[in-house]
Amino acid sequence: MKLLELSGVSKRFGGLQAVGDMTFSVEKGEILGLIGPNGAGKTTIFNLINGYYAPDVGDIKFNGEPIQGLKPFRVCRKGLARTFQVVKPLGRLSVLENVMVSAFSRTNHLPEARQIASEAISFTGMDAWRDSLAKSLPLGMRKRLEMARALATKPELLLLDENFAGLNPSEVERTIEIVKKIHESGVTILIIEHNMRVIMAISRRLLAINYGMKIAEGSPQEVANDPKVIEAYLGVAHV
Amino acid sequence: MTPQLAGQIELFVQVVIAGLLLGGLYSLIGLGMSLIMGVMRIINLAHGELMMVAMYITFLLFSLIHMDPYLSLFVVLPALFLIGAALQKYLITPVMDVESVLPQNQVLLTVGIGMVLSNLAQMVFSADYKSVPVSYASKTIYWDVNVGGQTISLSFNFPFLVAFGIAIALGAALFLFLGKTDIGRMIRATAQDKRAAAIMGINTKRITYITFGLGAALVGAAGTLLAPVYYLYPAIGGPFTSKAFIITVLGGMGNIAGAVLGGVVLGLGESLGSVYISLGYKDAFGFIIFVLVLIFLPKGLLGKSSV
Amino acid sequence: MPKKPVLLVVPALLLLLFPLVFSNPYILHMLILSMMWIILGVAWNLLGGFTGQVSYGHAAFFGTGAYATAILVKSGQPVAQAWWGLLVGGLAAVVLATFIGWICFRLRGPYFSLSALALSEVLRLVALNWKEVTNGAEGILFLPAFNDKGAYYYIVFALAAVTIFTIHRVMKSKLGFYFLAIREDQDAAESLGIDTTKYKLVSLMISAFFTGVAGSFYMNYMGFIDPGIVFDLSKISIMMILVTMLGGAATLWGPALGAVIYILVSEIFRVYVGSGHLVFFGVLIIVIILFFPNGIVGSILEAKGRRDRKTDGKDPKQVAA
Repeated sequence: MKLLELSGVSKRFGGLQAVGDMTFSVEKGEILGLIGPNGAGKTTIFNLINGYYAPDVGDIKFNGEPIQGLKPFRVCRKGLARTFQVVKPLGRLSVLENVMVSAFSRTNHLPEARQIASEAISFTGMDAWRDSLAKSLPLGMRKRLEMARALATKPELLLLDENFAGLNPSEVERTIEIVKKIHESGVTILIIEHNMRVIMAISRRLLAINYGMKIAEGSPQEVANDPKVIEAYLGVAHV
Repeated sequence: MTPQLAGQIELFVQVVIAGLLLGGLYSLIGLGMSLIMGVMRIINLAHGELMMVAMYITFLLFSLIHMDPYLSLFVVLPALFLIGAALQKYLITPVMDVESVLPQNQVLLTVGIGMVLSNLAQMVFSADYKSVPVSYASKTIYWDVNVGGQTISLSFNFPFLVAFGIAIALGAALFLFLGKTDIGRMIRATAQDKRAAAIMGINTKRITYITFGLGAALVGAAGTLLAPVYYLYPAIGGPFTSKAFIITVLGGMGNIAGAVLGGVVLGLGESLGSVYISLGYKDAFGFIIFVLVLIFLPKGLLGKSSV
Repeated sequence: MPKKPVLLVVPALLLLLFPLVFSNPYILHMLILSMMWIILGVAWNLLGGFTGQVSYGHAAFFGTGAYATAILVKSGQPVAQAWWGLLVGGLAAVVLATFIGWICFRLRGPYFSLSALALSEVLRLVALNWKEVTNGAEGILFLPAFNDKGAYYYIVFALAAVTIFTIHRVMKSKLGFYFLAIREDQDAAESLGIDTTKYKLVSLMISAFFTGVAGSFYMNYMGFIDPGIVFDLSKISIMMILVTMLGGAATLWGPALGAVIYILVSEIFRVYVGSGHLVFFGVLIIVIILFFPNGIVGSILEAKGRRDRKTDGKDPKQVAA
């Protein structure tokens, strides 16, 4: 069953075609990896799905329902959460409060929000940090806070935007575990990742884009060996 | 053509002329504000108060040593430049490093500076209205035009005419300065991208002092030019601060050419509005235009916002 | 609210008993003004401090509250002087807030601040020029309902208490979390499911309501208003910011403390300096911004390491366990 469907989605900024005629879908229950060189339009695709931008043309369907042009908070309430590549912590709030904010999209009651938030914090292994101010967190924890917050909105589909960038090897291992655990709990995942080793470890299907266009789709091996993909990365693909 | 129609045309043209002349001065005020906004990305809510300071300097020079207001420009411009640069260096720049819950502290800081300036003026000069009674204050130049058999008599207030001319000269000088000199280019570079400018070896802090000084000098010039035709009192700055941000938004934030246009549009709007709609609501038009432009033309009338 | 109820109950009791013991009208007047400014500071703080939307135009709501009541009384509705006249002032401010918010919240940061200022100035000009309704610059004068300052003392005490309690409750609820999230990062808030436009408007409406009530109270108490008093930019809008900053933005009690200090200091300046005494408030604004950007209460809390924490008093681990 198709959880998310993009068909013919395009977005232009001035003279720049950021995303062109993008068509793909995310199957319920899968982890789809989105790869491509810097500036290929990956984050723009997230911004289109999550409602930061409205597409110029094309349809985006979530659970069969059109969501293109909806504002981000409405998209979130439909069960589609995201993290930000450039993290956006609520700096003067504690980790718990940060996550409670997003839990309030599922409940109006404080104790219940605290409950949901605590679970998300434990799930992402942030218990030791729960009372720290978000602005005092190290980068690795900020990236994890993004995930905890997204989880607390109880999403069906989670968009992860480069949650591994800037992490040290042991943090990478830990984050892979967390992503797998989130997936096992029944959340479908669409993930942007540069590190090919990471994406091969968690994703069974990849989508490669460049200059806003889809250039390959298939199993990690197929995509990694696709001449167009290799060309896009100018031979620097870590295969 | 009937005499009535000729009378109406005369009034209209006269109002447009008055608006244009006023607009020239407004442009000068707007240029200073726009320059500051372009480089520092802050709104200077002490702008009108700086103009007030310039007016009082002009007043003092006139009443103490009978210096002609136009001559006193040579004192006012450097004085306001120094005041502006000092404000930037000792107050506004240090605030950039202060962490606080309330955003836009720098803007609030300029509010505080404005309050200090206007109330200091009140303590020193009292709240009474003062004037700079030059001999040519009400001198008027007439120009008769023949339109369709009727004579239309147009009048030009001499101080406004001179002010308009000097405003144009100063505006042109600013454009030359920004376009042709090294410091001018550094200012433009800083306005475009502060970090890149710093990487290129530009001392961006010094550029901000110079920019604020220039902005203050420009609005100071406007104050001196207004002195012969306006009463001055300590609270005169407030309304002019409002005019300055209205002009800047009309022209597009930080857009120098736009500030000139914004000034002329506001001058014309006020002049036409006060004659044809209502004198009491004259100032309200500016605010309403301001909000409408912010919402519907966020980049100003020219549709771009860069120095 | 303080952890120990004593800290709240004792001062409250002292304030309640005060007029019974001391009847010096001058001191009562100072206390009445202080409590009115507590309402103004706490109300502004909800929008500016907690929600991060710095308004330079709150005089619009104060003036509207005052004029709504004044116009009702002038048109022969003495009931407007009854307690629910205050409600009318508050509601008029809320109606205005809906309109102003609808316009200004399309803008962010300083452009919101300035457009609020612009609309507030437009209202002042309307009050000045719409003479049929507002009497223009002459203002509106009527006889206060009570001769006794004590009555006004208890009214404004109750209003201040209700304001502080309401804002305290709001900040302990989902709304409070949403306001703080909007202040910290509007984009993040939006993607976490918050309709930022709507909740900014809610914050503005609550803030405007209490500001309008205070304006209405001012009219009732002073018996005279004119556009230059109640719509004043530097004496109302900017002072509301000063009061909040001085005590501590984004703290519950900061603006209240700021209000008391403001009235005290402004009275000293007014008596001993006279003309131009506002210069000291300008200096005060500059000094606070440069050296105490989080105000008195804010600096104390920061030193104690628990700034505007919503979970205060309860260990979240125990609650959530």
